[in-house]
Amino acid sequence: MDEKMPLIRIERRQDISKTSVWMIRIMAFVLALVIGSIIFMICDVSPIEAYKTIVIGAFGKATGIRQTVKIMVPLLGTALALAPCFKMKYWNIGAEGQITMGAVGAAFFAINFYDKMPRSILLITMGLSGMLFGALWSFIPSFFKAKYNTNETLFTLMLNYIAIGIVAWLQGGPWEGKQGSQIVPNFNKAAVLPKVWGLHCGWIIVILLVVFMYIYLNYTKHGYEIAVLGDSENTARYAGMDVFKVIVRTAMISGAISGLVGFMLASGQNQTIYADIAANNGFTAITVAWLSQLDPFAMVLISLLLAGLSKGSSSLKTAMGVPGSISNIITGIILLCLLGCEFFINYRLIIRKKEEHHD
Amino acid sequence: MIDLVSIIKAAVLNGTPLLFGTSGEILTQKSGNMNLGVEGLMFMGGSFGLAGAYIYSNMAGNNAKGYMAIIIALACAFIAGVIGALIFSFLTVSLKANQNVTGLALTIFGTGVGQFVGEIMRIRIGGNVTIPNNLKNAFVEPVMPLFLRKIPVIGEVLFSYNIFVYLGIVMVVIMSYFLHKTRKGLNLRAVGESAATADAAGINVSLYRYLATCIGGGISAVGGMVYIMTISGCVWNYSALSGEGWIAVALVIFCFWKPLNALFGSILFGALLILYLKVPLAFLPTQIYKILPYVATIIVLIFVSMKQKKKNQPPQGLGVNYFREDR
Amino acid sequence: MENVHAIELKNITKTFGKVVANKNVDLYVDKGVVMSLLGENGSGKTTLMNMLSGIYLPDEGEILIDGKVANIRSPKDAYNYHIGMIHQHFKLVDVFSAAENIVLGLNEKGRLDHKAIVNKVKELADKYGFDIDPNKKIYDMSVSEKQTVEILKVLYRGADILILDEPTAVLTPQETKKLFDVIRAMRDDGKAIILITHKLNEVKEISDVVAILRKGEHIKTVRTSEVTEQQMTEMMVGRKVELNINRKMPENQEPRLTIANLSLTDENGIKKLDDVGFIAYSNEILGIAGIAGSGQKELLEAIAGLRKIDKGSIIYTPENDSPQELVGKSPMAIKNAGVSLAFVPEDRLGMGLVGSMGMTDNMLLRNWNKHKGILIDKKDSKALAKDVFETLEVVTPNIDYPVRKLSGGNVQKVLVGREIATSPSVLMSAYAVRGLDINTSYTIYDLMCKQKDNGTAVIFVGEDLDVLLALCDRILVMCDGRVTGIVDARKTSKEEVGLLMVKAKEEA
Repeated sequence: MDEKMPLIRIERRQDISKTSVWMIRIMAFVLALVIGSIIFMICDVSPIEAYKTIVIGAFGKATGIRQTVKIMVPLLGTALALAPCFKMKYWNIGAEGQITMGAVGAAFFAINFYDKMPRSILLITMGLSGMLFGALWSFIPSFFKAKYNTNETLFTLMLNYIAIGIVAWLQGGPWEGKQGSQIVPNFNKAAVLPKVWGLHCGWIIVILLVVFMYIYLNYTKHGYEIAVLGDSENTARYAGMDVFKVIVRTAMISGAISGLVGFMLASGQNQTIYADIAANNGFTAITVAWLSQLDPFAMVLISLLLAGLSKGSSSLKTAMGVPGSISNIITGIILLCLLGCEFFINYRLIIRKKEEHHD
Repeated sequence: MIDLVSIIKAAVLNGTPLLFGTSGEILTQKSGNMNLGVEGLMFMGGSFGLAGAYIYSNMAGNNAKGYMAIIIALACAFIAGVIGALIFSFLTVSLKANQNVTGLALTIFGTGVGQFVGEIMRIRIGGNVTIPNNLKNAFVEPVMPLFLRKIPVIGEVLFSYNIFVYLGIVMVVIMSYFLHKTRKGLNLRAVGESAATADAAGINVSLYRYLATCIGGGISAVGGMVYIMTISGCVWNYSALSGEGWIAVALVIFCFWKPLNALFGSILFGALLILYLKVPLAFLPTQIYKILPYVATIIVLIFVSMKQKKKNQPPQGLGVNYFREDR
Repeated sequence: MENVHAIELKNITKTFGKVVANKNVDLYVDKGVVMSLLGENGSGKTTLMNMLSGIYLPDEGEILIDGKVANIRSPKDAYNYHIGMIHQHFKLVDVFSAAENIVLGLNEKGRLDHKAIVNKVKELADKYGFDIDPNKKIYDMSVSEKQTVEILKVLYRGADILILDEPTAVLTPQETKKLFDVIRAMRDDGKAIILITHKLNEVKEISDVVAILRKGEHIKTVRTSEVTEQQMTEMMVGRKVELNINRKMPENQEPRLTIANLSLTDENGIKKLDDVGFIAYSNEILGIAGIAGSGQKELLEAIAGLRKIDKGSIIYTPENDSPQELVGKSPMAIKNAGVSLAFVPEDRLGMGLVGSMGMTDNMLLRNWNKHKGILIDKKDSKALAKDVFETLEVVTPNIDYPVRKLSGGNVQKVLVGREIATSPSVLMSAYAVRGLDINTSYTIYDLMCKQKDNGTAVIFVGEDLDVLLALCDRILVMCDGRVTGIVDARKTSKEEVGLLMVKAKEEA
């Protein structure tokens, strides 16, 4: 008796239809919800009630939607920032630090110059300064990557904690409000982003960013250079591209957008600065960017989903007394399921057919 | 004068959770898997370790034994880590998902689970969960015989520690021996350097990656438990624990992926973490001290990449998933 | 039993998607026999052997070892059946020593005793006459040393059936000779040896029998002594090799590229070009011959501005204009200086094209920066893609289909089509027909000739001497980074070129 084939083997798919791709993703999402209900049952909460509370909490009322969008804005902004880096296969996981430094850049002007320039000029200066700080923070690892091929994943990761440390120092030192409070006092009104429809106007900036990034990646020379370099460095050199320049420039643009997000978080959302101001947006955005396969419009969808989940979970906490951390667990499960399902999009399982044997 | 002995002691104690976190991740990375979920694993280890000890102390009541509490805490933390790492392995090894992103998702999940366990215990009991003092002492009391501890200076520096310090030392020695002196260790390193080569040599790449990642994850998670049970005084402390996992990842690089280096590296990083308390320098604000481990790691990272020596490089296949027919 | 062979393949078929790599192959090898597996590039030799070594699984058919059905699912299974394969791309761990690589993956008892292992490896090496230091790290080794480690690795595992995939492609003649001595020693030791190759002289020299594959099918197995090179070639290509290339005498030649004293060292500090000098003229095809890795790649890349050079000059003389120096200019600077240089590199998808992009976006590689402004203009590229698609008959679902998914020949058409579209004054190509079928190859030769007739200076790096002799006007021969001769292609012989290809080595 011979068994020529293993029971299950895998093969790379050549092509797959868009419908199947979305079917697989939706199934993964449903699976995640099913696994998530186990967590709710541990908390003695009916999963259906819980999911209902989440959806209503996130999207039921205008205030809820506003909260959801508020959470979504920095997440989406950062995912957009990361897109060009990932397209270039430059694994920037330092958005957290770049956001934080962007906030520092913005706060610097908010704290020192709020009464020295008109409001509009002040806000624009803060934004530009945030972008500059983010870009410079991102420049450091990209320079070493381009020059010495230093591992950017680990480098950018370390820089996150250095940035956070710097803010912790500012918070307890030069920028401290009341002696010993370890808190930076709220910005002057002049340094706070105006509200549009009850929400700081960062959301308008982010919508513009979505369009900008879509055009940047698909219709500009820069976007083309990034795509070529991401596929093969040799081809980029062959086509006459300046690889060093493209790496550093892309990383800095990415850092600048993250910095802009930092500015929005400091000026719009928190009206102050503190060490954890990036609030893990830099990390979660990585998963958002990856799952949307760097498509800016898909990022809108996925960040909306995660933001809704986060907002809904806080409603859940107040309504049902469930720990707030459940939001992280459910988010984690959804992310892990969606990551796992990519396998079924890229590969095909071939199950051995039973062979008949005639002895 | 600076009290050097007390600095060393504090450095060792603060370095021990890192030692576990790092050496677990070294084992993982040696197999070519870059699990950035260490932070999540340490959270899971910390919360489940505490929960295990707590449940034990409740069930055993007055008969609770210190050593049993330690064993249970160890086992709970380890198993929690194994489960976390199993998720990671399944996604990256079997389903070939991107390692960076999966690691980050695991961090989100793991910190969530850790905090959830911490919170739910507090909600159910209505206060901070902790264990009786006699059990608490078991986690922190020195284990070496008194006569050794009484040797001046040396006794303090070498023999005054809790059980986890020595457990950690034994573990890295075994791990180092395993990696460099055994055939299985050679195979594991080959998997991390070049999975295709290992596969062609008849090594089961998936099995090695699964095992190394899961055991490594378990060891990392124990680090979280050690932190909660020794430094944090057997009380769940979300904010104190956060960041430990990332320092552990930094330390892996700093140690050139060698377990024995992790021994000294963790003490050094442990020192950097507490130095601001022991040696306050007027010109250096305390918060800046805390970023020193990261700065040191970056310097090492740059230095290694500039030298391009064949030694001390990351495992060549680090972060790359393997599919035999991709060639 | 009479009919028990060391290894026997029965009715093996393997397909990748729609491509049939092997079709109903029946083949056997006996102990103490060296068999050559002969076939053109892409004839399915390596795929067939990969099924023996457990890399691929056959779709149909069975493999018999010593007369029994073998079930080879993984390389590990292959070792258990005493099959060892030495791949073209070595599978060694760089940071390990030779001895560590050799014992890798073996489940021998006990701890890893380095001394004992080193001794055992030494013993084995002495038995077959290998020259090797078991303690040397792989990253310090030459190609031939690495190959030795690979062979020792399979012998150490007790392999009785050895498969070598084009082992001489990377070796010097001396090293080849050494290798053949070792192969003979192994054959005399009773091992069955399969040699994948497409070099006829080696087939004659080393093997007892030769099996010929064509387009995935087994054509015939014959005793080497009973067959001539001409007959083997015919079986291999399926028809008489009459290279029917329409070669015209060059006219109105003028120097286009003048290269003098060109030397360069690669990133590993190895000297790749040593004092190279020649002139490429318009209206001619200058062939470049040499063993793989003699510096051909580096030469072309240096001219294209992709390599840092140590010294020397590359002077470009345009038609009706003053000469200019190319050394020190980046590819973009060369282009901006008005030098129309086309380059078909050896690594098509790794350098010449972007695998994940379609034809349009790949056409863009040459003119993405042509227009001013930040936006990219795809109009010209789209037109060019359509043009190439039609004139060269590229087989693709549409012009935006990722070129990585096209077959080798179509990939090459896209690349060559783009490069000649610029009507270059210098066209360089490296192994332009590697892996292509005969028809596509002729399409490429044709295109080269047309370019020449249009006044282009064509530089054609090739590996098949018959092609070089029939296609080129002059042939420059390289060996070990040096030019060992430039000969008239119409007057020279394969023997003369072959000798020049190994010249420097013999003198050294």
